[in-house]
Amino acid sequence: MSENWAAFFYLVAAVCFIVALKGLSSPRTARLGNVVGAAGALVSVLVVMAVHRPDRLVWILIAIAVGGAIGTLAAQRVAMTAMPQMVALFNGVGGAAGAMVALLELAEGTSDAVPHLAVTAFTVLIGSITFSGSLLTFAKLQEIVTGRPMVFPGMRWVAAVSVAGSLATGVWVTLTGSVLGAVLLAALTLGLGLLLVLPVGGADVPIVISLLNAFSGITVTASGYVLSNTLLIVAGTLVGASGTLLTKMMADAMGRSLVNILFGAFAGGSTLGSTTESDRPVRSGGPPDIAIQLGYARKVVVVPGYGLAVAQAQHTMRDLTDALESRGVEVTYAIHPVAGRMPGHMNVLLAEADVPYDKLKEMTEVNPEFRTTDVALVVGANDVVNPAAHTEPGSPIYGMPILEVAHAASVVFLKRSMRPGFAGIENELLYDQKTTLLFGDAKESLSKLLAAVKNL
Amino acid sequence: MDGSALLTIFVLAIFVGYEVISKVSSTLHTPLMSGSNAISGIVLVGTIAVAAHTESTAIFVLELVAIVLASVNLVGGFVVTDRMLRLFRSRGRKQKEPGA
Repeated sequence: MSENWAAFFYLVAAVCFIVALKGLSSPRTARLGNVVGAAGALVSVLVVMAVHRPDRLVWILIAIAVGGAIGTLAAQRVAMTAMPQMVALFNGVGGAAGAMVALLELAEGTSDAVPHLAVTAFTVLIGSITFSGSLLTFAKLQEIVTGRPMVFPGMRWVAAVSVAGSLATGVWVTLTGSVLGAVLLAALTLGLGLLLVLPVGGADVPIVISLLNAFSGITVTASGYVLSNTLLIVAGTLVGASGTLLTKMMADAMGRSLVNILFGAFAGGSTLGSTTESDRPVRSGGPPDIAIQLGYARKVVVVPGYGLAVAQAQHTMRDLTDALESRGVEVTYAIHPVAGRMPGHMNVLLAEADVPYDKLKEMTEVNPEFRTTDVALVVGANDVVNPAAHTEPGSPIYGMPILEVAHAASVVFLKRSMRPGFAGIENELLYDQKTTLLFGDAKESLSKLLAAVKNL
Repeated sequence: MDGSALLTIFVLAIFVGYEVISKVSSTLHTPLMSGSNAISGIVLVGTIAVAAHTESTAIFVLELVAIVLASVNLVGGFVVTDRMLRLFRSRGRKQKEPGA
């Protein structure tokens, strides 16, 4: 195949990717879009083989088959709750592949122009950071290592030296095209990726995944420049834009800056809150009382948090809302952008439990509705409904947009214990007159409520 | 292709990316991430291109490793995104809803 035809088909593939992302503007078109994207990918892989006609094609096909089989198997087995880990892992392998392409192209010695070598060094750098950072994020989410921020004495200096060393090595590679230098750069920046993610706390992980997503895109763009491949440039840039926008949305939803999230732990750690239980009096209620509250309400808004997913209680939650709806209660779900462990995670978990997506409302849409809500049912969420975000300037979550459940006529919390949430901040709403608490595992509590509602 | 043409494509792609992504429904942010993640697996094309023209066996073997990694990303990404998107249904298309 000639280069011109290849360029044409790469353009087709790039358009397919844009269509795939465009499809995601609505759940109705999303699935078709994804298929179009996959078709674009298939076309471009066939094209690159037709253009380059590799001698050892069999080996390449075997490698693709092995990778494809691993990917398919993992994709089919993964639980929806474990989706963040999965995406982190996929980000990581993509970053690693990008860094390897640049490194091996350098070893081939095809170009010694300074701009080319500079981008090569950059690809190795960003790809390696993506790889090690993603693996550590995976380990944190999988709870192989602790989800709490990890800092060690002198970390700041280690980080500073690593950054300086990476930059110096990058300049060395740019000026000399040294392969040894590039390998050293990869090693240094692998360390840098770990240093970047270590101090980030569990609650901030959605941001880190988004950021690494952006990094993996940037890696692909840069490797596209190294290989003079327009498709890689376009595809990588689309991914980079997506990751960057998601990162910004998540940071806004937390009311914090990216710098604060990434480096906050260095400065004393705003997410290192207390984990001790409070002994102030609260009003706890039994399932029958709460069932009456819910069953005779006109309008109930459910606020699901990650605790709901941890307890695998989405399906019971859905059964409860069905039971309420059959009694004529109007039920909607209020979704905070940072509910769950990655952007949009809660939507997927509820979709899995067969909750129609048009019943899920975004924060800005649902907040005015709380004033006319009889019961706000908060299941496994805490910080995202904490009024301290509005009222206490000293609070670590001050400025974070919240779901304003305090405006509802009454509030019911299903909680495991009185332990504060991730951010370790007291929630005054728990002690409010109109609040009732039901302690226990979310799934058990919901089952009891379901039984009690059915008995009304 | 020369550097300035590649740069032009890059800059234009930023604007396309921004426009398209900002219209994505917030309901679908997780599939967006896994789907865009799959797209970044297209680095597979790059790994194949380098593997095709190398003379060195060592580089070829390392490229095979990169090909495996990129295919995990590409294939796994599209499959998992499809699996998730299948879950989303609207109120209108709810199954077996008595009296609805």
